[in-house]
Amino acid sequence: MASLNVKAVIVSLLILLVGLGVWEALNQPPAASGEMTEYERLMGGADQEARVPPPSQVLSHAFDELSDPFYDAGPNDKGIGIQLAYSLYRVLTGFIAAALVAIPLGFLIGMSPLMYRALNPFIQVLRPISPLAWMPLALFVIKDSEQSAIFVIFICSIWPMLINTAFGVANVRKDWIRVAQTHELGALKTAFLVILPAAAPTILTGMRISIGIAWLVIVAAEMLVGGTGIGYYVWNEWNNLDLNSVIFSILMIGLIGMLLDLVLGSLAKLVKYEE
Amino acid sequence: MSNRFLSIEGLSKSYPSKSGELVVFEDVNIGIDKGEFVCIIGHSGCGKSTILNVLAGLDTPSSGNVIMDGKEVSGPSLDRGVVFQNYSLLPWLTTLQNVAFGVKARWPKWSKEKVNEHSSRFLEMVGLGHSLQKKPSELSGGMRQRVSIARAFATSPKLLLLDEPFGALDALTRGIIQEELIKIWAETHQTVFMITHDVDEAILLADRILLMTNGPQARVAESVKISIPRPRSRAEIIETPAYYKIRNYLVNFLVARSGSLSGSSGSAASETREVDPTLLSSDADNGGEKDSVAPAQPRAVNNY
Ligand SMILES: Nc1ncnc2c1ncn2[C@@H]1O[C@H](COP(=O)(O)OP(=O)(O)OP(=O)(O)O)[C@@H](O)[C@H]1O
Ligand SMILES: [Mg+2]
Repeated sequence: MASLNVKAVIVSLLILLVGLGVWEALNQPPAASGEMTEYERLMGGADQEARVPPPSQVLSHAFDELSDPFYDAGPNDKGIGIQLAYSLYRVLTGFIAAALVAIPLGFLIGMSPLMYRALNPFIQVLRPISPLAWMPLALFVIKDSEQSAIFVIFICSIWPMLINTAFGVANVRKDWIRVAQTHELGALKTAFLVILPAAAPTILTGMRISIGIAWLVIVAAEMLVGGTGIGYYVWNEWNNLDLNSVIFSILMIGLIGMLLDLVLGSLAKLVKYEE
Repeated sequence: MSNRFLSIEGLSKSYPSKSGELVVFEDVNIGIDKGEFVCIIGHSGCGKSTILNVLAGLDTPSSGNVIMDGKEVSGPSLDRGVVFQNYSLLPWLTTLQNVAFGVKARWPKWSKEKVNEHSSRFLEMVGLGHSLQKKPSELSGGMRQRVSIARAFATSPKLLLLDEPFGALDALTRGIIQEELIKIWAETHQTVFMITHDVDEAILLADRILLMTNGPQARVAESVKISIPRPRSRAEIIETPAYYKIRNYLVNFLVARSGSLSGSSGSAASETREVDPTLLSSDADNGGEKDSVAPAQPRAVNNY
């Protein structure tokens, strides 16, 4: 097993090196030999800004940014750490609010066939709506871009958690419910001592899907509402034609997304059980 | 009948089906005394589990009622502990926690130490004192079943209901757990109602064996007294002549008469006959009925 892991790491590193090498090689400035194209002439002959920067530049830029991630020099110039913190704050607020609604509601739907049937049509209609489609309505009703972004996160995180909770609760083995019944557990104790632990792995899978979607959506939402956050940052740097920063922040988005998934993955391990 | 510890009166269960009602069993009358160990045997589908679930309060009969200790059974209760065929342990809890789950439900005011001490005592009784912290998935089938038995006994129910508790175990493990069950039962003197498919197991454990005819419209046709003195052990009872007499009688019922008696639900036939095979003369091994299908054959005994 260990040797397999070691091999995998070596292969990963090789792929990384080859990828970076190809990228670096393809991005050498064109030899100043031939004539300038009309476009180049129009652009003043300087193509430095328009090219995708090579990895060496991105890395040195990343190093600069990460050495002082929390600087704050006005509304349009904040460190990547501050921007990520804004985004994380919105994602976590919306996500936690969604969990507080989705998990109890999912319990209700999972335990009561009546509520399942009654609520199912609403869920089926609301679920396929792109979360960003809510944005105009949210801005109009809430009148606050920050809270509208949080609302969009809320609405996109709620469905996977709701559906997984309902599914997990409805599919708790009848035998375990019978164990609760024969021990005269009341409804509340049955819910907490039997149904919740039994459904917890399914619920956590839903939470994991939700946080993944929330992290995808926040970037787009912040591009729309602007102001702060990693999504705004990417768009702003694009407007500045600072591709070093754009690529750097893309990498950071991936990294934070992976960390969020890792956290929920380890929570899922805690509640996992084998039958 | 009504002054016994447990009495089941006029019990029947039917399900609606395409061609009218499907009567699984009807007119089942059983009386059980305190401290008695009763086994029930019958062919698959005759309604044994349904009767047990009605006793547990997990299922409702179509007619008739169950009275335990002077009170009508109307729902699940801690007074009746159940060991399900598939163990039904909670897989996210350890062995100790599974038993403590029952103990806490039974005595909510007990301190944590007392709960754990009581629970581990019962786990030691079934020989699992060394696996307290293991999860069910880390235990063998036999060990899981022992946890489930410990959980049921630890709550000191007035009545224990066991639904084919050893059905999934190999013969060797089964033998060991059967002896453990006898040991605990001897210590606690609980009343036990147990379903089994295994004639030898029933003879080893029971004071009385109830024989059900085949469904649909199954009935409890006979109540067979097991007069072999206790303590019994697997090795010793096969030496006693009574053992074979009882065994032949039971096998004969299952092979031949459980089918021929079924469906004949005349009022006279619905009485449960009380039998002690050891008191029957040998030519009446088949239950003393002249019209019965076949006498007990040694061949049938060996094959069953
Ligand atoms: N929901 C239901 N609808 C219709 N028939 C049912 C239903 N539940 C059980 N039955 C019937 O009731 C009968 C008795 O079932 P039960 O589980 O009590 O049998 P059993 O004697 O325990 O059998 P086994 O020895 O195989 O466990 C079966 O024939 C089954 O078909
Ligand atoms: Mg059964």
